Amino acid sequence: MAKDLLLEIGLEEVPARFLRAAMNQLREKTEKWLDASRLSYDKVEAYATPRRLAVLARGVAEKQDDVNEEVKGPSRKIAQDANGDWSKAALGFARSQGVEASDFTFKELGGVEYIYATKSLNGQEASALLPEGLKSMISSLTFPKNMRWGTYDFRFIRPIRWMVALFGEEIVPFEITDVATNRVSRGHRFLGSETSISQASDYVEALRGQHVLVDVEEREALILKQIRDLAEQKKWNIAIKEDLLEEVLFLVETPTALFGTFEESFLNIPQEVLITSMREHQRYFPVLDAEGKLLPFFVTVRNGDAKSLDVIAKGNEKVLRARLSDAKFFYEEDQKVAIQDFLAKLESVVFHEDLGSTGDKVRRIRQTADSIASQLKLDSEASQNISRTADICKFDLVTQMVYEFPELQGVMGEDYARKAGEKEEVARAVFEHYQPRFAGESVPASIAGSVVSLADKTDAIVGFFGIGIVPTGSQDPYALRRQAAGIVQILLDHDLDLTLEQLFDLSIAVHEQAGNLKRTADEVRKVLRDFFELRVKKLLSDNLRYDVVDAVIAAGFGDIPAIVARGSALMNAVQNEEDFKTTVESFTRTSNLAAKAQEREVKPELFEDEAERELFESWKLLHGQRETWAYAEEEGAMTAAAAELTALSGLKQPITTFFDRVMVMAEDEKVRANRLALLAAVDGDLKQFADFGKLVWQ
Amino acid sequence: MNFQSMILTLQQFWAEQGCINAQPYDTEKGAGTMNPMTYLRSLGPEPWKVAYVEPSRRPSDGRYGENPNRLYQHHQFQVIIKPSPDNIQELYLDSLKALGVDPLIHDIRFVEDNWENPTLGCAGLGWEVWLDGMEITQFTYFQQVGGMETNPVAVEITYGMERLASYIQDKENVFDLEYVEGMTYGDVYRQAEYEHSKYTFELSDAQMLFTLFNMYEQEAGRAANENLVFPAYDYVLKCSHTFNLLDARGAISVTERTGYITRVRNLARKVAAAYVEEREKLGFPLIKKEVEA
Repeated sequence: MAKDLLLEIGLEEVPARFLRAAMNQLREKTEKWLDASRLSYDKVEAYATPRRLAVLARGVAEKQDDVNEEVKGPSRKIAQDANGDWSKAALGFARSQGVEASDFTFKELGGVEYIYATKSLNGQEASALLPEGLKSMISSLTFPKNMRWGTYDFRFIRPIRWMVALFGEEIVPFEITDVATNRVSRGHRFLGSETSISQASDYVEALRGQHVLVDVEEREALILKQIRDLAEQKKWNIAIKEDLLEEVLFLVETPTALFGTFEESFLNIPQEVLITSMREHQRYFPVLDAEGKLLPFFVTVRNGDAKSLDVIAKGNEKVLRARLSDAKFFYEEDQKVAIQDFLAKLESVVFHEDLGSTGDKVRRIRQTADSIASQLKLDSEASQNISRTADICKFDLVTQMVYEFPELQGVMGEDYARKAGEKEEVARAVFEHYQPRFAGESVPASIAGSVVSLADKTDAIVGFFGIGIVPTGSQDPYALRRQAAGIVQILLDHDLDLTLEQLFDLSIAVHEQAGNLKRTADEVRKVLRDFFELRVKKLLSDNLRYDVVDAVIAAGFGDIPAIVARGSALMNAVQNEEDFKTTVESFTRTSNLAAKAQEREVKPELFEDEAERELFESWKLLHGQRETWAYAEEEGAMTAAAAELTALSGLKQPITTFFDRVMVMAEDEKVRANRLALLAAVDGDLKQFADFGKLVWQ
Repeated sequence: MNFQSMILTLQQFWAEQGCINAQPYDTEKGAGTMNPMTYLRSLGPEPWKVAYVEPSRRPSDGRYGENPNRLYQHHQFQVIIKPSPDNIQELYLDSLKALGVDPLIHDIRFVEDNWENPTLGCAGLGWEVWLDGMEITQFTYFQQVGGMETNPVAVEITYGMERLASYIQDKENVFDLEYVEGMTYGDVYRQAEYEHSKYTFELSDAQMLFTLFNMYEQEAGRAANENLVFPAYDYVLKCSHTFNLLDARGAISVTERTGYITRVRNLARKVAAAYVEEREKLGFPLIKKEVEA
């Protein structure tokens, strides 16, 4: 026989951002507890609203399964004497397990015989297990932030105000912080009232009757439908940002979407400012026209029904007006201050106590950016743009607007810089240098933005690594992983002629000059290498098989466009070239023997077979070419890598002939050494492309 | 409902819940939390229920009486109940009804807001209460006060009176609020707003304020060393207000800021610890009272 099990924890409003995770945790812990308690069930459903976390386990067995458990005792030698009589130890074991010694069985384990007691456990009634089980399950829930209330030492996400626990129709009795379980739940704070639930399976409908939609998906679908209906009716384009929808979803029990308006004069403020203010402060959805231009409307979702929406809209409009007036005030005030004066303020903003002020950081960015520009041999106009961008890239951090809305950094910088008469390229690059700001965002479009972005991110990573702050596990407070991924992406997308090693060295030099490094430059290089190897691996793994990734990474990964090109050429060969497997076999055979080589110099006068000469000539030709195709840049890295792999593959025939006709481990020591040296030379060129031995064939 | 009636209504409401109607404290402060009726009384094991209006000075928010929403000095209505009662949210919502706010025709929400006052070493968890999108109340369960864990936990309800009034009276500009019949908020406070703003931003003598800060700090420490809790705390409040004036004047750099906050916090912690010590010496008399009752 089976029944449904309901547990509802009634709470004061739980922070929206924690609710989904809390709901999932409650479901998982319920499943775990049922499994551990040997109570079978069909499935566990979980529900959450701001005021409740709930699970409904369907078809829970009323009784545990009966099981036999075997417990290992002492060895037979200890348990029984020569006459077969039980020792004290054996009798003690029988007593402790609650069985008769005569019921012991024997089993061999690792060549020794042991005695075993078999206990049969009769399944207990679920109703006997549930009170303590549910209570400790609730106590075991963990949250990112806990609190205490009243006189209790108990910690929870928010105060528990009621609990419903029903097994079928019966209350599962237990107490937490003087709150006793019951069958009475509470409805919507204003529209509903208390409701008595007669059996667990009635839960969702009983709460619906009290104006609470406990099902998260149902609530989300309803909100989306309401917003889309409104958009259709008004011919609007309502931008639904995922994380805002998620928050709104967990702020309401009965959602009703409504709209309001604001004065058109506010549209003079940059659109990003208005949208940020509406989203961050008020949790409003902004309204756009078909071209993506902001319209003077907003959409909000009320926690309640459709009564008196005009009153609520009016109230919200009033609040928004005040908010936007503030934004307008900041916008106007900020423009009264010269960029130079903002820059002076950066001197007193601490970037990190061991890495100086933001002013110091800006000077380092400038130095690093200038070095990158000269490394890339950029023309003087581009270099000037880069220098100016680097100088002013952080000034908006001390504007009132960015103080109020940190996420507008860069956006305000661009706008203010343009208004202050900076060159268009510079203004744009001030924004771009933060890019990519999140995974998937594009890299800076301009070269100035890209170079300053590289300088900024490299400065941060090298600086923090230099003072011993390296991301570990989930700890990455300065988002260094994201910045590293950004560096790799910029180098790739702009196909820059700059290796990671060169970039690191430029920044290390700047930090060394500032006296920031607490470890040697070589130690920093080592940590940087390991750190970036993982980033590059991750980048390649998006499109390539893992063995292909390992193979090309083994040949060095500092030149990002090149490694991506090598990876894709190799992947293509592995997947599409029929005889590539035999090509690779010839390469691995070469590498294996090359490892034994002592001599480096190949002496043609020691050749005995035409096959040796043929391989040598083929290799010489290829080796000579390498310098010339060393990434014939106008062709692009992709073409160059494909050509290189084709050329390397051309070695297969001479290698095979060589192995067919020549005995490498010849009697004559000199001849042998020379053959190994030849293979090592060939291998040297193969290894510059990839370690082919890492490829795996099914 | 005019501004004065709102205050009287809330006083009456919370008096009926057993709160003492205390009077505003006579030293400048930035928030009702800094009143010793909250800061000190929420420490230690003794039960406590109090409600009062607190004129709260935020020098950097001064706008010469020209901004419709920002003020040098605004009014908080503050409720502290320790230990926090089980039905505190319901009581709060009833108080809104007493002010004429009908939850059925408005949208009232409890939106997460974890409150911290680093200067006083206080931290709490709770919400901003939103009325049709406007934050009208800060609702906090104190977890830490003066650097010490609270036990039992006090709940603090802080109504922003001007905001609430502008909503209830449907006024765009705070200075147009009706204080009592025939008298606006502006009639009562605008001149002070203008003069305090002008003084704070243009006239205040930073050198003198730095000197005062140091003197207040020293005196607070001297009194605290003698376990004279209340006099010491008065000087902590003076330090805090002086710091706010300097900050608004732009006399304190971002780097120095942390240093000043730490200095005030250290004093505040010292006073908090001394308060608990002194109450203990007295045998926590309010606990006895509760038992007798």
